[in-house]
Amino acid sequence: MISLAGRDILHDWGKFLLTGIGLGLLIGVTLTMAGVYRGMVDDGMVLLDNSGAELWVVQQETLGPYAEPSSIYDDIYRGVLTMPGVAQAANVTYLTMQVGNRDREVRAMVVGIAPGRPGTPGWPPYLVAGRQITRSHYEAVADIASGFTLGDRIRIRRNEYTVVGLTRRMVSSGGDPMVFIPLKDAQEAQFLKDNDAVLQGRRRTSANPAFSRAGAPGVLDAVIASQSRNPSVNAVLVQLRPGYAAGEVAASIARWKHLTVHTRPEMEGILVGKLIATAARQIGMFLVILSIVSAAIVAFIIYTMTLGKIREIAVLKLIGTRNRTIASMIMQQAVGLGVIGFVVGKVAATFWAPGFPKYVLLLPGDSLVGFAGVVVICALASLIAIRTALKVDPAAAIGG
Amino acid sequence: MTGTGIRIEGLTKRYGEGETAVDALKGVDMVVAPGEVVGLIGPSGSGKSTLLKSLGAVIEPTSGRMTLGDEVIYDDGWRIGDLRALRRDRIGFVFQAPYLIPFLDVTDNVALLPMLAGVPNGEARRRALDLLGALDVAHRARGMPSQLSGGEQQRVSIARALVNRPPVILADEPTAPLDSERALAVMRLLHEMAHRYETAIIVVTHDEKIIPTFKRLYHIRDGKTHEEAGEGLEFAELVHG
Ligand SMILES: Nc1ncnc2c1ncn2[C@@H]1O[C@H](COP(=O)(O)OP(=O)(O)OP(=O)(O)O)[C@@H](O)[C@H]1O
Ligand SMILES: [Mg+2]
Repeated sequence: MISLAGRDILHDWGKFLLTGIGLGLLIGVTLTMAGVYRGMVDDGMVLLDNSGAELWVVQQETLGPYAEPSSIYDDIYRGVLTMPGVAQAANVTYLTMQVGNRDREVRAMVVGIAPGRPGTPGWPPYLVAGRQITRSHYEAVADIASGFTLGDRIRIRRNEYTVVGLTRRMVSSGGDPMVFIPLKDAQEAQFLKDNDAVLQGRRRTSANPAFSRAGAPGVLDAVIASQSRNPSVNAVLVQLRPGYAAGEVAASIARWKHLTVHTRPEMEGILVGKLIATAARQIGMFLVILSIVSAAIVAFIIYTMTLGKIREIAVLKLIGTRNRTIASMIMQQAVGLGVIGFVVGKVAATFWAPGFPKYVLLLPGDSLVGFAGVVVICALASLIAIRTALKVDPAAAIGG
Repeated sequence: MTGTGIRIEGLTKRYGEGETAVDALKGVDMVVAPGEVVGLIGPSGSGKSTLLKSLGAVIEPTSGRMTLGDEVIYDDGWRIGDLRALRRDRIGFVFQAPYLIPFLDVTDNVALLPMLAGVPNGEARRRALDLLGALDVAHRARGMPSQLSGGEQQRVSIARALVNRPPVILADEPTAPLDSERALAVMRLLHEMAHRYETAIIVVTHDEKIIPTFKRLYHIRDGKTHEEAGEGLEFAELVHG
């Protein structure tokens, strides 16, 4: 026996291929949507990996520092360092803002890193070009996704920074490239008041007689200095000594001061379960709609193609073709269309994924699930056409 | 086994029920011997198509008896089990238009029937090529139906009707769209094939040009058949006369 479906496809391959390509682009979009979700999860994991932290110490009862604002005193890390099981602890600030050089601006996550050496929590773990920050002011390490290059002068708030190093795949959970600057600069940028507010504050303080008593000449200056200092950071990143359980150390830090401490699994839960949950549901909706649209297209095409073959189907039935043979012919064509579509979609998605501003991660496992889904959808979509074909009366081949 | 060709006795067909019922066939008798070609003529609405569909096992008669060779097909409401296999193996069909399968080449259009019956592809194609040779279209064996002339397509469809060597072929106005020369050529082929393969052929027709070619005709009027002698003219006489 020959393959009726295969012969029909070969006979009309142009139409078939064009339809398959159209369907394929749709499947490509579907695969890309799944890739966008995987990319967001992966961005989150990379963010956690690259922070170099095993514990995140944040403001009490917050999901900080990535999912909620968190503000703690910048001397807490000293106390944390003395806790049993703590190997390293370092302050860090995160602030998403516009960063620009002379030509353009990008949205970036500015990370303030504590003084130290490479390997300090919060520091970029590796560079693709240049060097780490060595001076305590006005140097920056930028992710290449920002588009900045070595030697660029970039502006963050009122100050200019020189880009001395470049990283790769250092992004926020929102996919924004990171720009690392010294902690002091970052604190200033984050908590900086505008000029008027500073002046007004000073004027109010000077006018307060309590600070300018004749017997204590230094008090006013000290108060003003303390007001312009910014004693806050967003989190303390902690690395553990070997042999200590993260949960126990976290509990003892949390008990010591009124702080919340997240472990790595908790941070993953926050990023995936809370921060990108809405985006994931959004993408899920897209996947559902795209599947329905694909199914509708396949159903429509296969149905139209079957209607165009009603007379041939009547003849086939009259000369003794089994219903099963005719049904499988139609189903094979639908699945064939799906296979062409899947190949086109996979190639298209692979081709255009790098062009997306956010990371698109195409997992082979997702492709397999996608392929199975396409086959099932196409098989289901052919059922209407099969029903129509089975209802064709063989007597219709004989004139009335 | 094919000694008696096709025989029907007292065949009736009623469409619908109650007040709207139509008695399309009211007791039809007909016998066609192997190797014989008979015409079936009659005015519009007389029941020609109904009879052909009953003979072709696509509709079931209401009552009456039909035998194909020694095999009983219908007997007063009883019928054999597998009408589909019967159509595939024991009945050939030729239609008004060739109705070839457009996505199969000429050889496979013919070979499809033995293939459907489970004959291996190679053997099925060999049988198809034999018949295409007999019908003078072997040179188009690899062509697609759309690349053939109307006459060539009709010959391929006759090869398809013959390939499983059925004891009976039913032809439904096979010459309707053809001019008289081509119509006569098709009739000559049907006569030749009936003779060569010992096939009983029944031709439903309106076509005045080909009526003189039948030695025997059934005239159907108001659901009943009347047998008539035909002229049975030779083709040479028709073409030149
Ligand atoms: N499916 C059907 N249901 C009800 N009545 C039918 C059906 N098919 C045919 N008839 C009726 O049966 C009668 C015979 O019809 P049939 O089609 O056999 O005629 P015919 O001789 O082939 O006519 P024509 O030469 O016009 O094709 C007609 O009165 C027709 O209306
Ligand atoms: Mg008719």
